[in-house]
Amino acid sequence: MRFLFKTDYEDDIKLFPHSGYLYSYGLLIAVLLVAPYVLSSYLMSQLVFVCIYATVGVGLLILTGFTGQASLGHAAFLAIGAYTAAYLQQFNVPFPVYFLAAGLLTGIVGALVGFPALRLQGIYLVIATISFALIVEEIMARWESVTHGNEGMRVKTMQLLGTTVPRDGPTFYYLCLAVLVLTIVGTLNLLRSPTGRAFVAIRDSETAARSMGINVALYKVKSFAISAAITGFAGVLFAHKLSFISPEMFTLQLSIEFIIVILIGGTFSLHGAVLGAIFLVMIDPFLTYLKDDMPGIIAGVAATLGAGKERAGHIQDAVAAFASANGLKGAIYGVIIVLFVLFEPLGLYGRWLKIKLFFQLFPLYKRATFKRQKIYVKSERNR
Amino acid sequence: MSYFRAENLSLHFGGLKAVDSVSFAVEKSEILSIIGPNGAGKSSIFNLISRIYPPTSGKIFFEDQDITQQPSYDIAKLGIARTFQNIELFENASVLANLLVGRHRHSTTQLWQELLFLPSVRAGEKAHRRRVEQVIEFLDLEPYRDKLISGLPYGVRKVIELARALCSEPKLILLDEPSSGLNVEETDDMSFWIRDLRSDLGITVLMVEHDMTLVNRVSDRVIALNYGRVLAMGSPSEVQQHPDVVAAYLGA
Amino acid sequence: MLDFVQQLVSGIALGCVYGLIALGFVLVYKATEVVNFAQGDLMMLGGFFAFTFIGMMGLNYWLGFAGAVICMALFGMVAERVVVRPILGYPQFSIIMATIGLGYFLRSVAGMIWGTDDLKIETPFSQGVLRIGSLVLAYDKLSVIAATVILCALLYLFFNRTTLGTAMRASSENMLAAYYMGIPVKRVVSIVWAISAAVATAAGVLLAPITFIHSNVGLVLGLKAFPAAVLGGFGSIPGAVVGGVLIGVIESMAGFYLPQGWKDVAPYIVLLTVLLLKPEGLFGLHVRKKV
Repeated sequence: MRFLFKTDYEDDIKLFPHSGYLYSYGLLIAVLLVAPYVLSSYLMSQLVFVCIYATVGVGLLILTGFTGQASLGHAAFLAIGAYTAAYLQQFNVPFPVYFLAAGLLTGIVGALVGFPALRLQGIYLVIATISFALIVEEIMARWESVTHGNEGMRVKTMQLLGTTVPRDGPTFYYLCLAVLVLTIVGTLNLLRSPTGRAFVAIRDSETAARSMGINVALYKVKSFAISAAITGFAGVLFAHKLSFISPEMFTLQLSIEFIIVILIGGTFSLHGAVLGAIFLVMIDPFLTYLKDDMPGIIAGVAATLGAGKERAGHIQDAVAAFASANGLKGAIYGVIIVLFVLFEPLGLYGRWLKIKLFFQLFPLYKRATFKRQKIYVKSERNR
Repeated sequence: MSYFRAENLSLHFGGLKAVDSVSFAVEKSEILSIIGPNGAGKSSIFNLISRIYPPTSGKIFFEDQDITQQPSYDIAKLGIARTFQNIELFENASVLANLLVGRHRHSTTQLWQELLFLPSVRAGEKAHRRRVEQVIEFLDLEPYRDKLISGLPYGVRKVIELARALCSEPKLILLDEPSSGLNVEETDDMSFWIRDLRSDLGITVLMVEHDMTLVNRVSDRVIALNYGRVLAMGSPSEVQQHPDVVAAYLGA
Repeated sequence: MLDFVQQLVSGIALGCVYGLIALGFVLVYKATEVVNFAQGDLMMLGGFFAFTFIGMMGLNYWLGFAGAVICMALFGMVAERVVVRPILGYPQFSIIMATIGLGYFLRSVAGMIWGTDDLKIETPFSQGVLRIGSLVLAYDKLSVIAATVILCALLYLFFNRTTLGTAMRASSENMLAAYYMGIPVKRVVSIVWAISAAVATAAGVLLAPITFIHSNVGLVLGLKAFPAAVLGGFGSIPGAVVGGVLIGVIESMAGFYLPQGWKDVAPYIVLLTVLLLKPEGLFGLHVRKKV
């Protein structure tokens, strides 16, 4: 175990509590920087999606995790960012300009959504954000002069500083990675400043926050605006990555996926948003792998366990038929969500902390350290 | 003029008169206690002052300024801090974070500066931290600095709430039942601290309290309430011997 | 004018279906403060069960109806036992996610079992119409309205007149206190899930003649029923039905009188407006935290 002796207030402010952090994050960044030269183009493409989803996850975490305002409408913010980029691109607006414009516009829309949301709590806020997202989706489909309706819009290849940045090249990946890292650093800065503490205060007790001089309405709107703006930035990258956008890409399903990102990652930490994004994006290739290779593997196992050649063949066919059944992905998805909520409420990051503690305390680790107390429902209606 | 003044303050919930034209004044550097049976409207008066409820009628003055219409978050900025009867801490944050929230009214940095964590923000953070450490030392909270609130015992939380209020460097502090749920020793500590608030920090104290020992020990004056009305006002012993007060408590 | 009444009736009928699903939301919420996002999918599953009994096995309509309701009541109990009970008392957010996961699962499995085609159930009301002057009202729509009124009355009486109903309300206010008062909270919660699944099934079967049954019908209608419940003030039984009817009528009117596209968003615009003016819904109680 490592004991930290703090000798300066600076020790509580700095981002890396001790040098170990610096080394491990430096190593991580180095690995990510050489990734394009090692990984296959398919995995690189998935890695870009991880960056985009993680950026949205961090944005959502600010609103939901730290300010305590649930949102099931973040797909709409992503859509606004993506469409702003696609629209401005038609007039040969350079990338940096429409990138910032998309973030700004989404931030303003976020603030506008924040105002009516001020008086709403819990499920009322959830349904209000769902309503907002559905209305935005309909506007995208109907406002044909700007969005081309259901036909969708093509997004041209990115031009940055006079060079072309193809959506599957390493430069685009570095750009997405840079946006993610900047978002994370900005968020960490916010969290160690008065604004971030005000967010957390609002989450835990609005009454007490008010009595400490926090303008709750203002900070909620700020939180909505920041969260939306980050999502808008991600939307621009999303549009470029897909090179084509249409309204049916930004449905409630996508908003739910974003919630899954922070839920599976762990709703209390920025690590969680990144881990959740990795999980969500990588589940697709994993399921494809299951579909392609699992039948053969299971049949092989069956054969070695003494099943006859014919039986093994039958098993392989049966498993293959099951694996290619329509909607299996949805079912697995559902089961994973339920299992996470039931057995790992702290998410992937919580699991990571447990493993870390296990090795730090070895052999003294006790399972009960993280055991949750039995809780009884008390009405939340009186809040 | 008085330092703090409530004039004909009323709060009605439908037909129920929780506070019924109550007037009182607090002098600078005074410790004034409000006593009364349960449901007498003591906490409601605090909630009116910190604008959790808007008063049905009446006015509140602080330093000769009418604060009846100020939004609730401005009350803290004027220098009025409070604690809560049932503890309203930020449960899932560390003690340090809770206390730093108390510094909120003194923070001057803008959002964009915080996103970049400019040197001005860093300097501000250190200055806040220094003040917080003074409060931690004043209230002996050193062992709990980095602990999460949700794991702390009730008595400690009560002190942390006081600490958070002190971090905002208030001129007037409202203490809502500071000794409820504390044991005898903790109550003793609390009474010393309340007296120190005035003598060391020059803070005016307005407090709601049931424990008459604590009230007698610290208060300069006492107000007794029942059914939202003032029964008696004066020194602790005067109020306790007042026939209406005796009747209200003994139900005679 | 005739058009208007025609639209009004079909709006009310559609709204009653929304209302019935919303009732399921409200029942579970009233008893456990859990928002069950899989409510629409329970309805979908109920519809499929009824289809299996009536359409595939050729049972009598009423017998199939009853069979589906019983099966789904049991299914509701199982779902509660497996997914909800282990996390009862956790933050709202976790439970919402668990039920969203359950919904995903049910939708996919139903799609795997019954396929992705639209299915139709023949009912005794499928054909006939009621003529009042030149007004033509289809029996299937009237039957939905009648069934909603009856179910609502029954549930209202159940919650306000029976000991079990009172126990449910008590356990929703404060579960621990309810335990101490000797209320078997776990059994109560389980029964509530059974009832809400049964109500959802009734909605699904009644709906079958109006909309077809397919694996996504629950999601689509659930997204309409949820606003209905919120509009009515989540937690109020009459509120859920009134909210449902309002949403149904708005949708049907918007579809008829407004340009294309308004039909789908009009209910949400109305909902947002109501929430702006009255954040606790039309029939919700405004309670503030005591400090």
